[in-house]
Amino acid sequence: MATPYAKLPAWVDFGLIPFINLLVAFIVAGMVVLLVGESPLHAATLMVKGAFGSGEGVGYTLFYATNFIFTGLAVAVAFHCGLFNIGGEGQAYIAGLGVAVPCLMLDSFLPWPVVFLVAILGSAAIGAAWAFIPAYLQARRGSHIVITTIMFNFIASSVMVYLLVGALKPKGSMAPQTRTFLEGGHLPKLDWLLELFGASIRSTPLNVTFLLALVASAVVWALVWRTKLGYEIRTLGFSPKAARYAGINEAKIIVITMMISGALAGMMALNPIMGDQHRLQLDFVTGAGFVGIAVALMGRSHPAGIIPAAILFGMLYQGGAEISFEMPNISRDMIVIIQGLVILFAGALEHMLRPTVSTLFASMKPSSMTVDGAVAGDN
Amino acid sequence: MSETAIELIGINKSFGAVHANRDIHLEVPRGTIHGIIGENGAGKSTLMSILYGFYQADSGEIRIDGKTVTIHTPNDAIAFGIGMVHQHFMLVENFTVLENVMLGAENAALLAGGISDARAELDRLEKEYGLEVDPDAVIEELPVGLQQRVEILKALYRGAEILILDEPTGVLTPAEANHLFRILRQLKEQGKTIVLITHKLREIMAVTDNVSVMRQGTMVATRKTAETTVEELAELMVGRRVLLRVEKGEANPGDVMLSVEGLTVRDSRGVTMVDDVSFNVRAGEIVGIAGVAGNGQSQLIEAITGIRKALSGTALLDGQPIGVTGSADPNELRGRGMAHVPEDRHHMGLVLPFEEYENSILGYHDDKRYISGPFLDMDAIRDDARVKIGKYDIRPDNCRLKTANFSGGNQQKIVLAREMERDPSVLVVAQPTRGVDVGAIEFIHKRIIEMRDQGKAVLLVSVELDEIRSLSDRILVMFAGRVVGERTPEATEGELGLLMAGVESQEAAE
Repeated sequence: MATPYAKLPAWVDFGLIPFINLLVAFIVAGMVVLLVGESPLHAATLMVKGAFGSGEGVGYTLFYATNFIFTGLAVAVAFHCGLFNIGGEGQAYIAGLGVAVPCLMLDSFLPWPVVFLVAILGSAAIGAAWAFIPAYLQARRGSHIVITTIMFNFIASSVMVYLLVGALKPKGSMAPQTRTFLEGGHLPKLDWLLELFGASIRSTPLNVTFLLALVASAVVWALVWRTKLGYEIRTLGFSPKAARYAGINEAKIIVITMMISGALAGMMALNPIMGDQHRLQLDFVTGAGFVGIAVALMGRSHPAGIIPAAILFGMLYQGGAEISFEMPNISRDMIVIIQGLVILFAGALEHMLRPTVSTLFASMKPSSMTVDGAVAGDN
Repeated sequence: MSETAIELIGINKSFGAVHANRDIHLEVPRGTIHGIIGENGAGKSTLMSILYGFYQADSGEIRIDGKTVTIHTPNDAIAFGIGMVHQHFMLVENFTVLENVMLGAENAALLAGGISDARAELDRLEKEYGLEVDPDAVIEELPVGLQQRVEILKALYRGAEILILDEPTGVLTPAEANHLFRILRQLKEQGKTIVLITHKLREIMAVTDNVSVMRQGTMVATRKTAETTVEELAELMVGRRVLLRVEKGEANPGDVMLSVEGLTVRDSRGVTMVDDVSFNVRAGEIVGIAGVAGNGQSQLIEAITGIRKALSGTALLDGQPIGVTGSADPNELRGRGMAHVPEDRHHMGLVLPFEEYENSILGYHDDKRYISGPFLDMDAIRDDARVKIGKYDIRPDNCRLKTANFSGGNQQKIVLAREMERDPSVLVVAQPTRGVDVGAIEFIHKRIIEMRDQGKAVLLVSVELDEIRSLSDRILVMFAGRVVGERTPEATEGELGLLMAGVESQEAAE
């Protein structure tokens, strides 16, 4: 059979089904909250309020979302090539060097735009280089990219610990981190953007990297759907046989795609390092690389889906912090459970409810769907 | 016991808005062979899937032996004595015949007792129906014809009184197909009821008692086979008169455009798939390669078109080396005038999730016409796709539709349009009409002949002997990786069939 289920209208496919998945995730999460002995309704109110209730909340939500947009795009680009880049975490972590080193070297005498530019290139280059090794091993040696990128997360982590307790640590300091950057290594905040919407701000970490993330989203869209390279990436992703038939150099495309993916993951490092903490710290990525997988899955590997998905996860992060602050019974780990449930239902079980929704739609309004030729026949 | 083995009354089945089966009535008398014929997408497989419990009908009634039944799963179907032989065998390749037959019917947690019972039962079945197979042979070592026999035995072992065969001859040589038909007749004489699904008209005429024709989800006619003709059935299938014979004039062979010398190809396991093959194709002629699927044709074509590396040998495209053993690049060969319609349209010739226009440039996507700066020129690509859609009558005529949603025939036209409109000098076509409906076959055959008449060199590979015979100017027969003979299209089917079965391979090798 060609298509066991009829084609759904786009708004169902991209709107309703993700929404239902999300709803189910929250219902299950609510039950967990109930088990702990708190009111799920109260928790939900706290979460939404914490994330969007104040200018500050929005600022934090979008700050986290910035990280997830980058890592989500990174995973999405690799997905289009049929590659599962689990190494976003490590690529972003090691790319912290590409941000911190230019800042440390240039912050005393250059203005932030110049340092920013160098840091963008630096983080992208180092992220790409870190992704290059697993990509090369996959393309030339057939080592599975899932395994190698996971391994490279550990290597990145160890390398960074080594550097942060050694070469990068200022002499005499006890903390495993670099010195704080001077003015040239600070990115401007986007408080004015929030104030535009009438929010009054105390202080949020939201900075220009958010705008860079939006630009990156547009670039990724154009790259995947409008360039020859994107065409080759998608062909290879959908059908390696068709790619070989079309004369597409498989190894080359795998390596290029992974390097683009790594570069995107690497640029995530700009946000916390240059935008917020103004120094390179241990574990600054805090799982954003892995959240990127969920964001890409939920956003269907399309920038237009990734941005809202990233904001949703930003909300979970920010609102979750709020809940654990207000409800002592609900620890930080509970928030991770809720995030896990969202990932489970929106990502891994994405297809669980689809058949039901399809059937429901087919029976409800059969006229709303177009007949796409004789699909349901033999073959 | 009722005289009617299967009765379907008012069966309806929709997938969304696609009405795959519309008010189907069917009566199959006990002890007959009943053919169900129709184009791809006509709803034959859906109907049989309903009967076998893969799908539930939206409405309608199924009666087996006169009793109304509900069939929810294949297990229910088996319990009602319905067995199915699938087009693609459902056998565990590295199990023995016996293990496959008893798989799922072991009847105990420990195998020992079950095995001896199964052996005795299998022995009885083999004797009773003349279906000899060594019970201890491993499936992957058996020829396809015998594997199919195991499938039939599996169904009989489960007590099938009604056997459904889905396109059973697709993988068989003509001789094996004839043997299968003998088995079917014998089963009929033993009182079994057989439903044969096929799109091959000749098989229907050869073996069935009655035939039902499906078109676009409805049952358009049921005939006694003895009282109908191939022409009538074809017309019923398509809904209009169909030209079954291909009209073509004399060939005017010119220069050698493609020549292959001593080509040897091994697959990834190191098995020699193409063994020292040599031939050439001239401009303005169609050279057909006949053979049962899996005798090296796929590997031969992939080597010539630069997709797969050959172990040794040479091939020249218009006098220039192709580089089959190393440097061959499908892209570069395309630029030099080679077009390739691959046999595996779903995975190689097309990217099914792509929109139609995206597939219309596959392999030509770095053509200057389609590119502006770093970007693909979407307008140029879509305009070009629309022109091809018009010229090849691809339906629906919407280049923004997902390719997977086109029917098999139209998908093939997308590939043909892409490859033929480039004015190639050499056209390599594999299985051009596999899974394509009768109406489109006529069109595709006409286009291939046109290409020849325009002076292109055409290399045609097909497992459909009729297709090879009606299109080719010269026929090469491949068996076990070797070209075992060259014949003219006037060669009889029997002669070619023997070659395809490797019978004359000894003499031919000398």
